[in-house]
Amino acid sequence: MSNKSIMIVGVGGQGTLLTSRILGDVAVSLGLDVKVSEVHGMSQRGGSVVTYVKMGEKIYSPIVEKNEADILLCFEQLEALRWIDYAKKDGAVIVNTQMIDPMPVIIGSAKYPENILEKIKENYPNTITVPALEMAKACGSTKAVNVVMIGVLARRTGIDREIWLDAIRKNVKPQFVDMNIKAFNMGYDFEEVR
Amino acid sequence: MRKLLLGNEAIARGVYEAGARVASAYPGTPSTEITEYIAKYDDIYSEWAPNEKVALEVAIGASVAGARACCAMKHVGLNVAADPLFTASYTGVNGGLVIFVADDPGMHSSQNEQDTRIIAMGAKVPVLEPSDSSECKEFTKKAFEISEEFDTPVIVRLTTRVAHSQGLVELEDRDEVEIKPYVRDPSKYVMMPGMARKRHPLVVERMKKLSEYAENSELNRIEWGDTKIGVITSGISYQYSREAFGDVSYLKLGMVHPLPEKLIREFASRVEKLYVIEELEPFIENCCLRMGIKVTGKELLPVIGEYSAGLIRERILGIREEKLNNIDENIPPRPPVLCPGCPHRGTFYVLKKLKLTVSGDIGCYTLGAVAPLNSVDTTVCMGASIGMAHGMEKARGREAAGKTVAVIGDSTFIHSGITGLIDIVYNKGTSTVIILDNSITGMTGHQDNPATGYTIKGEQTKQVDLKKLCEAVGVERVRICDPYDLEEFEKAVREEVAAKEPSVIIARRPCALLRYVRHGEPLGIDREKCRMCRMCMRLGCPAIVDRGEHLEINTALCVGCELCTRVCRFDAIEKAGVFQ
Repeated sequence: MSNKSIMIVGVGGQGTLLTSRILGDVAVSLGLDVKVSEVHGMSQRGGSVVTYVKMGEKIYSPIVEKNEADILLCFEQLEALRWIDYAKKDGAVIVNTQMIDPMPVIIGSAKYPENILEKIKENYPNTITVPALEMAKACGSTKAVNVVMIGVLARRTGIDREIWLDAIRKNVKPQFVDMNIKAFNMGYDFEEVR
Repeated sequence: MRKLLLGNEAIARGVYEAGARVASAYPGTPSTEITEYIAKYDDIYSEWAPNEKVALEVAIGASVAGARACCAMKHVGLNVAADPLFTASYTGVNGGLVIFVADDPGMHSSQNEQDTRIIAMGAKVPVLEPSDSSECKEFTKKAFEISEEFDTPVIVRLTTRVAHSQGLVELEDRDEVEIKPYVRDPSKYVMMPGMARKRHPLVVERMKKLSEYAENSELNRIEWGDTKIGVITSGISYQYSREAFGDVSYLKLGMVHPLPEKLIREFASRVEKLYVIEELEPFIENCCLRMGIKVTGKELLPVIGEYSAGLIRERILGIREEKLNNIDENIPPRPPVLCPGCPHRGTFYVLKKLKLTVSGDIGCYTLGAVAPLNSVDTTVCMGASIGMAHGMEKARGREAAGKTVAVIGDSTFIHSGITGLIDIVYNKGTSTVIILDNSITGMTGHQDNPATGYTIKGEQTKQVDLKKLCEAVGVERVRICDPYDLEEFEKAVREEVAAKEPSVIIARRPCALLRYVRHGEPLGIDREKCRMCRMCMRLGCPAIVDRGEHLEINTALCVGCELCTRVCRFDAIEKAGVFQ
């Protein structure tokens, strides 16, 4: 397998850390070299957060460069737009349709851009939009947005479903395993309505 | 067994495997997790110290007593610990002593981007620099060996990308290192002028021996490839370089102080074009220049911020990534904000309303500086809020003190705020200090501290009584207030800034992210009652959204703290359930 680069972008507090850890564990199960670069500290307080996961024969830099991401997993629309230059032209761009206003928009000093999904779809044919917040609610917790998104991503990697489920079981608290597996399955079986 | 570990977790594993017995630290991004992971090993005594100076002193004490010991801090923490560091360099060690220092190029979570190698050079202390998680563990063990072999403290320098990246690490067993006997030796451990004068030449001699060690150590290695290009590099820059240059020749330095001059000379003589790739200061580059070796480095690359493979490709190889899309939007930034339900929001709302000058400090509450709260005027370093407020008063007089407050978190107050408060009392100042007591060390991700009453292991302990502490240093006006009781809090601030004597307000309300804090039902805005006065918007709560023709509350973010209901004059905000 050639090296695969995945970027997870979102808003601090949306659970991107857990997502990257699950992806890291999947890579380990496949016997691949892997690096995961996380963000801690100040930006976790509602700032723009980006996490990189790279896997393959031998990985040097933990950071994904522009036009390099095979998968851009976006937990929020504006963040998808902010990091879109990092996706490969034929890369999978998976966007949660959720919108979270940043403070400059909240206080009226900036506008939240319009028609983000259309603009991304126009440029990246492999774009999938996912109503992950609604799906997570249906599973019982808005916190499961991240695992719904992992489910959507998982089916596009060709990696065995069981490997993903194992990684989830390993990384979430026992009392939340069932809910998260439900969320993963819902994401895995998701078909975009066009 | 191979395991995926965070750089900081791998450091902790190295500390464990090296047989270390004592670890002390003060939290600071990106170093915090080192000690959190060490705390998971019961074979190592670990603790949160009130500040980095104490943490290093604890580690020095443990080392002198014969145990392998360590401490961890962020780059600016080393400034606080610089005093013991510079002299521990003279005393040397008994058990191995290692100091982990995490630099933050790009300032993801810091107030400056100083380079630890410069301080280490001043202190005459060797520095190892790992480039991934695997080396984090290996170099940690090596650092303890070097410390004992050369009788010196050793710094292991990390940067954010190494500290906070996960990579594969081969786990090994713990070496059971016996505690060394303690032998009284004032000529080595009592650093008064007569003894220190004898120690300094030994330190100079030690650096020479370490230079020789660096020449042959496996920490520094040449990876031969195409010799048209040679790259001298270390740490994360090595990883970026490998990706940018591919199969050229590399001198990969694991020991960055002192540098192996012969090895550098040999490498330089065998490549056609030589580059030095290092983030922040031109430390290796200056060494090459001193030796008369022609290199290219900072002439093309910045001394500011983080590097990446892309940046190196662009600046050195002239390869720029094309833009593959027609998206040319003005994308609004998303700066970090105080969380919904954050207790600091009430405090800053009142301080802004009263138009006070606010001398600020380091913590989540530094975010009180940004719109719309726009409350904090200054932030320099841990504890500076109090000394600076006092300085403002001494410069501009009593009237200015009546319009100024210092704000400082509970953990930061213990770290280095208390000394500033003593200064105010002792030197007859009249400043008002507001201790933002959210019952945790917040920004670094919830660490206990002496004011929380729990240790790093979660065990109950004596809790510093902030009120009694302030009274004990001579502050007679100390009161405790809930910053969410806006009326009462405003009254308290008005009275205390007016008082012509030192005063302390302890603004007490726990961090909204603490597990035991109960959240209320999300709120909603009744559009019939709302007059669009936008008073609630002044709170800067990320859950309240201005849709232009109406305001609404994002129920996915709202934690039902009800602060907004207290500023609304039209009773337009109610529990969201009411509107369904």
